[in-house]
Order: sequence, then C-alpha cells, then structure tokens
Amino acid sequence: MNVLFDNLSLYANGFLGTIELFLVSAIGSLILGVLLAGARVSPVPILRSFGTIYVNTIRNTPLTLVLFFFAFAYPRLEIADISFFWRACIGLILYTAAFVCEVVRSGINTVPVGQAEASRALGFTFGQTMSEVVLPQAIRSVVPPLTNVQIALLKNTTIAAGFSVLEAGGIYANLSERGYNVFVGLLWVALGFLILVLPLTLLQRNLDRRWSTSR
Amino acid sequence: MTATGTPMILMSGVDKHFGELHVLKDVNIEVPKGQVVVVLGPSGSGKSTLCRAINRLEPIDRGTIAIDGEELPAEGKALAALRADVGMVFQSFNLFAHKTIFENVTLAPLKVRRSGKAEAEKKALALLDRVGIANQKDKYPAQLSGGQQQRVAIARALAMDPKVMLFDEPTSALDPEMVNEVLDVMTSLAREGMTMLVVTHEMGFARRAANRVLFMADGEIVEDAAPEAFFSAPSSDRAKDFLGKILTH
Repeated sequence: MNVLFDNLSLYANGFLGTIELFLVSAIGSLILGVLLAGARVSPVPILRSFGTIYVNTIRNTPLTLVLFFFAFAYPRLEIADISFFWRACIGLILYTAAFVCEVVRSGINTVPVGQAEASRALGFTFGQTMSEVVLPQAIRSVVPPLTNVQIALLKNTTIAAGFSVLEAGGIYANLSERGYNVFVGLLWVALGFLILVLPLTLLQRNLDRRWSTSR
Repeated sequence: MTATGTPMILMSGVDKHFGELHVLKDVNIEVPKGQVVVVLGPSGSGKSTLCRAINRLEPIDRGTIAIDGEELPAEGKALAALRADVGMVFQSFNLFAHKTIFENVTLAPLKVRRSGKAEAEKKALALLDRVGIANQKDKYPAQLSGGQQQRVAIARALAMDPKVMLFDEPTSALDPEMVNEVLDVMTSLAREGMTMLVVTHEMGFARRAANRVLFMADGEIVEDAAPEAFFSAPSSDRAKDFLGKILTH
C-alpha cells in the first residue's frame, strides 16, 4: 500500500498522462481511420492504392519503431518543433488508424451493396453515400472490434514512456529510482489500467444496445 | 410512333463484357420522351445490365449513352447530378435499412436537391399517400411487406422528380399476391406520361402499359416491336421459343 500512497502524485500524474495521450490519440485515430477506410473503398484508384499501401505498411511496422521515428528521427528532419507529447500522439494516431481503417472497412463490407447502389442512383455523391447511408449502418457491426482496437491503444500508450512522456507505464522507472518495491508498484499500475478499460467496455455495451434495437 | 425532339435515352454502339462473357453486344436504343418500353428476355440475356448501364451503375466498355441529350459523364459530381434526374427501382427494393419510410423518401430531396424541409415532407406525404403507404410512414423498411417496400421505393424515386424511370425487375422478388399492387402504381405512372424503361417478366404489364417491347437474347436486341405485334406474331425464332415457354401453362 505504501508504494501507492507515498507516490500518489506520481501515480496521478502518470495516469493523467495516459488519459491525455489516449483521448487525443483515440479521437485522432478514429477520424483518420474512417477517412482511410473511405479511401480504401473509394471509386478513385489512386486513393484506393494509397489506403492499401498505408495500411499494409503501418500495420506491419512495430509500434516501437513508429514511436522511435517520431522521438529521434523526426527532430533531425527539422520540419517543425513539436513537443514529445504531441509527437507521441501523432505516432499513436498514425499506427492505430491503420487498425481502425480495417475494422471500419470490414463493417462497410457487411452493408449490402444494394444500399450504396440505391444511394448512388438517387444522385448522392460518394461522400454522401458513405456518410448518409453506408457508415451509419456499418458502425453497428464494428462497435465490438473497434472497442478492442481502442483498448489496445490505451495500453500502447505505455510505449510512449520510452521517450519520456510521463504516463502510467513510466511510473516504475521513477519508483525504482526512489528505492521502492517495483513489483508492487507495477501491480497498482495494472489495476489502474483495468479501471481505465472499464468505461470503454461499458460504452461498448451501451452503444451495442442502443444501435441493435433500431434495425 | 415517330420520335420528336431529343430522345430521353439514347444508347449507341454499347458493348460490355463481364470477363469473358460478352453481355451487351453493340446495343442501339432510342427511347423518345413519354414512351414506356418493356425489355423482355430470358435470364442472362443482359437486360438487367442494360438497365443498370443507363445510369452507369454498370460502366460500359464501348459506345455512348445519353440521357435527354446529355452524355453520361465519368464518375463524380456531374454523374451524381445526372443520376438525380433518373429514377431507379431495384429488384430487391434497397430501401435504406436505418431510416424510416418517411426518411427514405425525404433524404435525397433534402441532401441532393437541397429542397426545404417543409416542401420535401409535404411532397413525401403526397407520394406515400399516392402509393398507399402514408399510414406506415414511421416504420422501418424491414417492418413492411415486399410489395409495400417496393411501392415506397417507387415513391422514393419519384420524390426526385425524375425525367425518366428505370425499373430493374421490380416484381421478381415479390410474392405473387403482391405483384399487382406494384404493377398498378407503375401502370398509373405510365398513363401519366412518365418515360419508363422496365425490365420485367410480367407479360400482362407489357401488353397493358407498354408502347414498345424490346426482346433481348444473348446480349443483343433481337426484336423491337409494339406489344401486340410482338406477342401475336414474333418474327424471330428466339422470341417464339421464349414466348412458347412462358405462355403455354
């Protein structure tokens, strides 16, 4: 217990960092992922190949490498000075969006093709067909897998500790410097993550229930 | 029947392949304004493909298609604008499953035509009333019978004030007792002078409402005749064979 109470502010700041990283990256990855999914099913061949190449490249790259790139290689490119926190967000967004894209695309494929045909026949543009007809129906079937992707993202934020963004995964390093029992300290971190995942699970259940009744 | 002015649908030299299969072979059709054309033919003859090619749901390999004098543009905003003027009714209805009946009919006028809400809703009510579904307007498509869904689909297409209506086997997915309720709506539409191209197996409808029958086989237009002439004295062997099969039971 002492480990927790003696270092309460360390834990609080750590988890606050985790939540901030997660919220920014979750929203960013959902937006980018949906756009990428749109590109992958679009009638424009260049967009389709861009989406495919993006997903296959990023999905097959370890997250650590992506974050290393933004931590160490990016500053040397001298493009714009961005803080560690935002570079971590960008890395997490780019990485997670590839998975969001594939989940959303599989959801799009569950919508009967006639729905999009009817929409096109009525004069909707591709973007309107997506936003008015296809995505609202696709989203119902992707809530569970999308929650999985976001839970994975929540835990992936710990890798950002590798380049000194203070978040929950980095707590142990501080604890060992201060001479505490790292093992017990890590158990508390694990418990903290369990608590963070709970609201996501509840949200999933809620959305599942709300959207399943309206068909 | 002589065509005056610009034809509503003009297809010239249209070719289309599905891989090895040559589904449309040098198809030339001219449909004048106000004419009701029924396309008949055995399954696999290319009649559905022909219908879907007219608003470019199926791209073609060669030839040109023009609607009301305007050639079909490539995929994009211009094509969407042209499709807005061409109503289409599908075999499987394809009503938007996540929208109510009322929303199905108002969605395109609101989003594509950008008409006012009050105007779109008033019109939708009138159209639903016309096809006899006004009392079901707050239900979802899955709660309606096939015949009702197809009538809603016709109302949805009419809500866009189309210049021409395409019907791709509109009654083929319906139980027999629901076929007539859909055909009645189509017949009254034909009487009002709507330009229509109807792919169907309903010979009764062809006799009753069509100005002209096109008979397709193996991707070609084999006969192009008035309904009476076609049914009483088909000139080609394939049409005789086809009519023999469907009319003798």
